[in-house]
Amino acid sequence: MTPTEDRKPARKKPAVEALRATIARLEGHRDRKRAVLPFGMHEIDGKLPGGGLTLGALHEVAGGGNDALNAAAAALFAAGIAARTKGKVLWIVTRQDLFAPALDQAGLATRRVIHAEAGSETDALACFEEGLRHGGLGAVVAEVGRLTMTASRRLQIAAERTGTIGLAIRRWRRQTEAADFGQPTASTTRWRISVLPSAPLPVPGVERSRWLLELLRARSGECADFEVEGCDAKGRLCPAGVALPPALADGAAAQEAGRFRATA
Amino acid sequence: MLSADLPARKAGLKPGTPVAKARALFPDLTVMDADPDGDSEGLESLAVWFQQRVAPIVAVDSSSSSGQADGLVLETTGADHLHGGEAAMLDATVRRLAESGFTAKAAIADTWGAAHALARYGRGRVIVVPEGGIADALADLPIEALRLPSSITEELWTLGISRIGKLETMPRGPLTLRFGPELERRLDQAYGRMAEPIQAARPVNPVSAMHNFAEPIAAAETIARYIGKLVPVLCEGLEARGDGVRQLDLLLHRLDSAVQAIRVATARPVLDAKHLTRLLYKKIETIDPGFGIERIELVAALAEPMEARQRVSALIAEEEADISGLIDTLANRVGSDALYRFAAVESDLPERSVRRVPALAPDDGNSWPVQWPRPTRLLGRPEPVRAMAELPDQPPVYFIWRGVRHCVKCADGPERVFGEWWKGDAELTIARDYFRVEDTAGERFWLFREGDGEHGETGSQGWFLHGIFG
Repeated sequence: MTPTEDRKPARKKPAVEALRATIARLEGHRDRKRAVLPFGMHEIDGKLPGGGLTLGALHEVAGGGNDALNAAAAALFAAGIAARTKGKVLWIVTRQDLFAPALDQAGLATRRVIHAEAGSETDALACFEEGLRHGGLGAVVAEVGRLTMTASRRLQIAAERTGTIGLAIRRWRRQTEAADFGQPTASTTRWRISVLPSAPLPVPGVERSRWLLELLRARSGECADFEVEGCDAKGRLCPAGVALPPALADGAAAQEAGRFRATA
Repeated sequence: MLSADLPARKAGLKPGTPVAKARALFPDLTVMDADPDGDSEGLESLAVWFQQRVAPIVAVDSSSSSGQADGLVLETTGADHLHGGEAAMLDATVRRLAESGFTAKAAIADTWGAAHALARYGRGRVIVVPEGGIADALADLPIEALRLPSSITEELWTLGISRIGKLETMPRGPLTLRFGPELERRLDQAYGRMAEPIQAARPVNPVSAMHNFAEPIAAAETIARYIGKLVPVLCEGLEARGDGVRQLDLLLHRLDSAVQAIRVATARPVLDAKHLTRLLYKKIETIDPGFGIERIELVAALAEPMEARQRVSALIAEEEADISGLIDTLANRVGSDALYRFAAVESDLPERSVRRVPALAPDDGNSWPVQWPRPTRLLGRPEPVRAMAELPDQPPVYFIWRGVRHCVKCADGPERVFGEWWKGDAELTIARDYFRVEDTAGERFWLFREGDGEHGETGSQGWFLHGIFG
């Protein structure tokens, strides 16, 4: 978009808006209103600037606790997001231990996912950038350990240019390396996904998984914690605590139970 | 004067006459500047034309005494019968060229030397020398026809030798002593006593592009620049044939005669110069230039016809972006084996239920059963755990994995999986009982017991951890 087109909406608005538009342009954003991918949960979308995860940006996801090494919940969270985009998805790993049926069950159909097994982290990052830069993909997911400021900025810029969402699953070989997650990066949001004990069932069995989503960083947004139930067959999350689908339960009770417990 | 057309020759003008003299004789003479580069370019494109229509091995003939490219040489062995015999083929060729405005002479003989001489100095526009008739055909031709340097020809003239037939009957020893080996070589080549292979300038298959350097090069930037120059040339060549590249070889001939090769492959036929250039650029760092590179050659080692694809109608489905370019880029970085999709295999054993298929392979429509939750991470090799289960049918109460004790809070199972007996006798009796368990912290694991918990022949009855749920 040319600068003149950029300025058009700002002309009618007050000076502050014009100034913001100028800053955004200087920062390299093409337009201030960027497309977003809503979670479909008012509680999360309300906390995110724009009302959802920004498309054309880099988002970081890591597992909490023991999951920092396995990143099983984090991978499923990323799969759920990727499932709700359109087009093919590139999933880059350095060691392949994903089980494709699980991604399928999170709504990410196996025919949509192209897996790349990079020999090194450097190769993985290069493939990540290549995927984002192409623009024909719905989402690019990469499992990386170290992510430097420079690397993440490159990825962020590549994503901004094409509008492809980039999901970096931070995954480390050793628990001690997980402290790297504290280092600053250029990603737009940063999430930590920890597993929580699921709700008890009246019969023997295991309920739908329950996660604690920690939004550790959001550019021009606030940090927040959410308790949610894991991805359904279409990659959607739902607030924790909904005992029964609303259609089955009494309307008022369902609304009460469905009230979201945010501990932000 | 370098050459003259037929009316000029009839009027008595010959190549070699000074232009001033010719003008004095014929004031209304049309004189045009010589354009050797244009001539050789024209000859090369004519060579390609011949290559596509007449015979596979065609070269520009620049062996005449002046050293200029003034004709084409074709190896027609095995090609003439396709055109109705040698005479008919030559006749058709000359007529076809006349239609395009070229006055051509053609000769066919057993050797390149004889054909060269007859085409330039023989009588008639089409000359066919029957097998073994070279000696007769050459006898009356002037010695200039022998492709000798002009210094030798002049000396021969001063000695009074003007015809090839006469030269041929002279004793060889004194001739070689006086004129060097070149004279004998040319004679032998013309009479077929010495082989003279035709180096086809442009082989029809594969399409290639090449560049020779005056000075050897070594810098990555220089290589990149020449790749950028060669790829469009190659693409033009392929486009003429309606082909696209599947495999592209860049051969770098080094000073020490070693050849370095870079190979890039594409998933589909590609004719996009930009894309191919980018693929080659990424491989430059793998080149070892050694003392320098004197020649680079780009060869389309594998080309396939470009196929037209129908665009998806907007009414039916949304068109998916073409990602074959990206696939090529990634495959050339990580290797095509490391780029794949997963596809479902009908097997109950988890490690056998997925297989890897090429990234652009068509979807076979198979999928996994959806009613059983599957772990996000599947361990490459099930890890043994120490577990305690109260009853054979029940999940363990606790298990110890990698030194950490997990107390099971709730579990789902068992899901019994039997060995695939058709794969081998060892699998005839074995069974696994899978359990999905959640520990007190909320972590979920996929455990299985080898065996059905009762019969020893079904397995070791030990517990293993096979996957981790998200």
